[in-house]
Amino acid sequence: MSPATTTSAAAVRATGVGKVFPTKAGEVVALTGVELEVRAGEFVSLIGPSGCGKSTLLRLIADLDPASSGELSIFGKPAAQARVDQDYGIAFQQAGLLPWRTVASNIGLPLELHKVGRAERTARVAELAELVGLTEFVDRYPDQLSGGMQQRVAIARALASRPKLLLMDEPFGALDEMTREYLQSELTRIAAETEAAVVFVTHSIPEAVFLSDRVVVMSPRPGRITDVITTDFGHDRDDALRESPEYFERVTAVREALHGVKVERANER
Amino acid sequence: MSTLRQAQRAGLPSWLRFVAPVVVGALGVAVWILYVDVLGAAPRMLPSPIAIGNELVLRWPIIGDAIMITATNALVGLLAGSLIAIALAGLAAAIKPIDGMLVPLVAAIAVVPIVALTPILNTMFGASSQFGRQAVAAIAAFVPVFVNVLRGLRQTRPVHRDLLRVSAASPLQEFRVLTLPTALPYLLTGLRIASSVAVIAALVAEYFGGPADGVGTAIATYAKSGRAALAWAFVAGGILIGLVFFLVTSLLERLVSRRSPV
Ligand SMILES: Nc1ncnc2c1ncn2[C@@H]1O[C@H](COP(=O)(O)OP(=O)(O)O)[C@@H](O)[C@H]1O
Ligand SMILES: [Mg+2]
Repeated sequence: MSPATTTSAAAVRATGVGKVFPTKAGEVVALTGVELEVRAGEFVSLIGPSGCGKSTLLRLIADLDPASSGELSIFGKPAAQARVDQDYGIAFQQAGLLPWRTVASNIGLPLELHKVGRAERTARVAELAELVGLTEFVDRYPDQLSGGMQQRVAIARALASRPKLLLMDEPFGALDEMTREYLQSELTRIAAETEAAVVFVTHSIPEAVFLSDRVVVMSPRPGRITDVITTDFGHDRDDALRESPEYFERVTAVREALHGVKVERANER
Repeated sequence: MSTLRQAQRAGLPSWLRFVAPVVVGALGVAVWILYVDVLGAAPRMLPSPIAIGNELVLRWPIIGDAIMITATNALVGLLAGSLIAIALAGLAAAIKPIDGMLVPLVAAIAVVPIVALTPILNTMFGASSQFGRQAVAAIAAFVPVFVNVLRGLRQTRPVHRDLLRVSAASPLQEFRVLTLPTALPYLLTGLRIASSVAVIAALVAEYFGGPADGVGTAIATYAKSGRAALAWAFVAGGILIGLVFFLVTSLLERLVSRRSPV
């Protein structure tokens, strides 16, 4: 989707980004001084206690809310331009499917809104349904699907315009542990296949470590980034990884970072 | 999971839900026949259901004509009132000041006994015109449609609005893809309520003058002249209109809202 010149630019670059919500009870500083760069194709998780501004940061990147301060660029463009150009796809904790549309027509919605021709749309929807393993369910309605399947539809929809950036806000938060682990493996495969960068909000430490190239640790009041932990697991992420010593080491590192214990190991930085 | 929910909501097995009211109705008619024909204790204005049935069959040509008049008035009123209600609800949903003006006004209309206006409307538009009756039905139908459509236009969920924003949808696309389909079940609920109200309004309006036709006029005429069985046959005709309006709109409502939200 994005022109060749911008693919070399970072998927997301935030410099000094802050967000203040004016409320009746006074101003709420949701985010302050956020410095973050997500490289093309990189998988970055945002983790932190509830209220630390994870969703807010994701909504700023998606241009669903404007930043109060600082600068934000998506593939070198302002967030609003990136939204109009469909440079990113997004999935929320609620699948947010339209109940009166079939799976196929939910997946194809972004294409329909951008006036992609019927034939091309049908082909692309079939491709996406295959990618998320829902080929047999394209004619069903959302209320006939399990929560995990609905979330897969939402992911397919987010990928419809072939974005090079995928934004996800606790997409597996409402699912049971089994479905969750399955979809995590699926997501690493999909991210590798599509070569999209991913910004993934979660409050699960194992989930963040399993999925990410880097885990961004955030802290509330005011919401800010307090630590960044690199995993160095490479592209091959299977269930064996979940039992490896490196994995447990990173889980511990993230936990310590979250709980404010000083991490002294230089290689974590 | 959703099928389980549906089964629980239904409560009774489906055959029982049809058979139960039929049995109750048949029992009622049996008691009625016992009271009127066997015991002979009923007042004169309560004839036997058999006598009413006979009149219904015998006088079907004139009863059918009366039904057509009243049903047409109700239908014209329902359509006109609904169209105006949809247009005004759309305006109120889109423009804040109009919302502030219209909603108290509609609340006021809702408490006015609309049929009481019929004599005035009949005088305004002439005693030979059906317009007064249709206008009464229209005003009566307007209220539930307006209230429901306005509510429906405000039911879009934040996650869906976010979705359309990130898809860079135009306001028109958002209306077509999200606002309208969300409001549709509410419109149909409003129409179902309005259809019954319009029939009642159109029928009762006939008691307040206007042309000498229609089911209500006939009921009043034959009740006064003591032809109880014929008056009741016309009542049955009125029930028939109400039933058809209700069934058609209920069916439409079911078709539209068969998908539960996820
Ligand atoms: N629309 C809003 N208006 C006012 N305050 C908000 C709004 N959205 C978020 N906040 C506040 O900003 C802070 C961060 O919220 P959020 O980004 O949702 O946190 P998280 O997703 O990490 O749980 C919270 O204190 C929250 O109350
Ligand atoms: Mg959140």
